[in-house]
Order: sequence, then structure tokens, then C-alpha cells
Amino acid sequence: MVNAAAGATERVWAALSHVADPEIPVVNVVEMGIVRDVRFEGEDRVVVDMTPTFSACPALHVIRDAIADAVRAEGLIPEVRTVMSPPWTTDWITEEARGKLERYGIAPPAPTGEAGMGLIQLTADVPRCPRCGSFDTGIRNTFGSTLCKTIHVCHACSEPFEAFKSL
Amino acid sequence: MTDTALTSSTLDAAQRDALIARLTALADDELILSHRDAEWVGHAPILEEDIALANIAQDELGHAGVWLSLRGDLDGSDPDTLAFRRDAGEYRSARLVELPRGDWAFTLVRQFLFDAYEAVLIDETCASTYAPLAEAARKIVREERFHLQHTALWVERLGLGTDESNRRSQAALDELWPHTPQLFAPVPGEESLVAAGIVPDLAGVQARWTPLVTAHLARSGLRVPATPSAPPAPRTEHTEHLAELLREMQEVARQEDPGTVW
Repeated sequence: MVNAAAGATERVWAALSHVADPEIPVVNVVEMGIVRDVRFEGEDRVVVDMTPTFSACPALHVIRDAIADAVRAEGLIPEVRTVMSPPWTTDWITEEARGKLERYGIAPPAPTGEAGMGLIQLTADVPRCPRCGSFDTGIRNTFGSTLCKTIHVCHACSEPFEAFKSL
Repeated sequence: MTDTALTSSTLDAAQRDALIARLTALADDELILSHRDAEWVGHAPILEEDIALANIAQDELGHAGVWLSLRGDLDGSDPDTLAFRRDAGEYRSARLVELPRGDWAFTLVRQFLFDAYEAVLIDETCASTYAPLAEAARKIVREERFHLQHTALWVERLGLGTDESNRRSQAALDELWPHTPQLFAPVPGEESLVAAGIVPDLAGVQARWTPLVTAHLARSGLRVPATPSAPPAPRTEHTEHLAELLREMQEVARQEDPGTVW
């Protein structure tokens, strides 16, 4: 249905691009690839499809509420649906957001390269230190402060840092 | 998805009942193991591992929530009510996940055996003809990879570490291994699900799991015990430990009236 005023959908997308990721507030839910679709159903009802990053991410409820609030602030009636398919991948994070993550101190995720993905994979990709740019880094923990991150240390500048998991 | 994919309205009654039983078994294993892992929070040997095990516990809990939501689509049940208001007799968890957390080696060897099982099972479930199950599996399989990577490393580290860490890991494996066949035992009516391509054949899952884990255990300096020849107990027969675990896990929720929202 395309009876909404021209540009109305774009306006909702723009509003959603101001919804920050609650755990990494320098990036928003659009550039993280969390918002999958925006469509009008009637004059003022908007359906937003969002997809969970990690299925146990505790920030999902916060994100869902924040998306609904942003749509309401445009004078529209939101319906936020959670879609599982296709599954979220870090490949959907935009180039701009990757730059923001790195400047924030989180090494952005490497391309997933699904083809070579084994069930037991002991060597993870080496991330670049977001502080000094060195690849001479070592993993400290495959789990970090949130489900989506790992903890590393840079051997060049001795700084510990977090990296986004490639998913 | 292909246009032949099944939905909740196109399952027949027998498939629906069997799928409810299978989803409950999947969820209960993850929920109970999640609780056992969470018992380490604040007690793990080093801070990084405290964080790692908390992450793994959180993932498994999230996955239990996904399976119970899929069950809810079929019978209208509520995931929180199922988790907090069922007694041990109504649970369908496997004995492997019910055993007390033991020492660090016991916890990590168990987690490795279970992660490998879950990774193979979920990998094969991605091809399910029941669309909601296939979609959930494709999501979860990507997360499980991180668990297996972590626990496989720990098994290697403990197995090849010191005499003491090897001894404890071997003792853990000797106790845990006889419980593993139960993971691959079908739930009532499961053959109808396999025939319709809704769930993978567990015998096939076991055929992939066995060489995967035995090769890694052997690489890690551990001896794989003999598999018991007797058929595994049904998922209705629990260890004595489940009731005690549930008493603690459900204690707060049960002090409130059903339906209380916090």
C-alpha cells in the first residue's frame, strides 16, 4: 500500500536513524542493520520490522520501545515486529557505523565469510587495535561485557580493547 | 522458504504434539544448563571466565526463550509460566544438564559435550520444513559457534595442562559420558517429525557428534569412556538434583501470584 504521503516512509527512516543502540550509543539502530523494513498500513499506522542481533540480547526490549517512541513522536501509530529471518549479520553494519565503532574504541567486525565456517574453529580473525592501528593483538576472552563483543589486548601499545564479534 | 514449508496451521495433531515435546526438551536442556552455569557467577576461578560463563548462560537462557516461544505458537503457553511454574516431573531436561556443577573441569567438559551436541543439532535443524523452527535455528547456530570455540579450547587447556587438571577432566568425562546417549533419544512421536522433515534424525546427529567430540577429547589427552549399551532413560526420569535446582530457581517467582508483572 502506497497511499502514504510521498516521503513519509523516508521521514520514519530518518527518525529511526536518531534511535541510538542502547549499549553502544555512538551508533544508531538503522546503521547497525537492526531495522529491516518500514511500511505504512493505512494513513498513520507504521509497521517497523526489527531483527535481534543476538537472540538473548537484553537490550532488545529497550530498542523495541525506543523505535515505537520514535514513530509516535512523528504523530504515527507504531507496530514493531520482530523478524528472525534472514538472521542478523554484522555484515549489515554500514561502513559509516564501522568507523564510528572504531573511533569509539571497539574494533569493528571482520566480514563473516560464511563459506569456511566450521563448527569447531579455533583461530579467530585478528582485529586491528582501534587505538594505534596495530594488528599485533591477542585475544583475552572470546566473551566480553556484552554478548556481541570479545576482549583483546594490543601488544604494540599495551592497551586492552573490545572487538565486535563477526556474526 | 519454499512454498511447501509447514506453518503452525498446517501441522497435523500428532506432529503438533510431538513438536511441543521436542521444543520442550530443547528448551529445558538450555534452561537447566543455563542455571548450572549461572551458579558460577561470582565464583569462577578468574574474572574473564566469570564473564564468559555468564555470557554462555545468558545465551542458553535466550535460546530456551526462543524454543518456548515457538511452543507457545502451538499451544498458547507462556514461556515464563512454563519455566517457573512446572515441577520436576513436568520438565523434560536430560540428566546430563541436571547434575550439580561440580568443579571447573566438570562444568567445562559438560559444556563442551553439550555445545557440540547443540551445534550439530541446530545446524541440521536449519533445514527444517517447519518455517519458524528453521528460522530460529539459522539464527541460533551462528551464536553457538562461539560457545563451542570457547569450551573446546578449555577442554584442550585442562586436558593437556597439569596432571591435576588432566585427572579432574578425565574424572569429569568418566562421570558425564554415560549420560550423553540420552541427548540423542527421541521424544514420543518424534519419528513423525523426522518423516516430515520437521526435525533432524537424532541418530544422524549422534553420528556427526561422536567423531567430532571424540577426536577433540583424544587431542586433549583424554580417554573416551565406553558408551553404555543399555537404552537411555526417557526424559521423564530425572536425577534427584533437578527438584532442588528448581526449588532455588523458582523460589522468587512462586512467592508471587501467577501472572504478576514486575
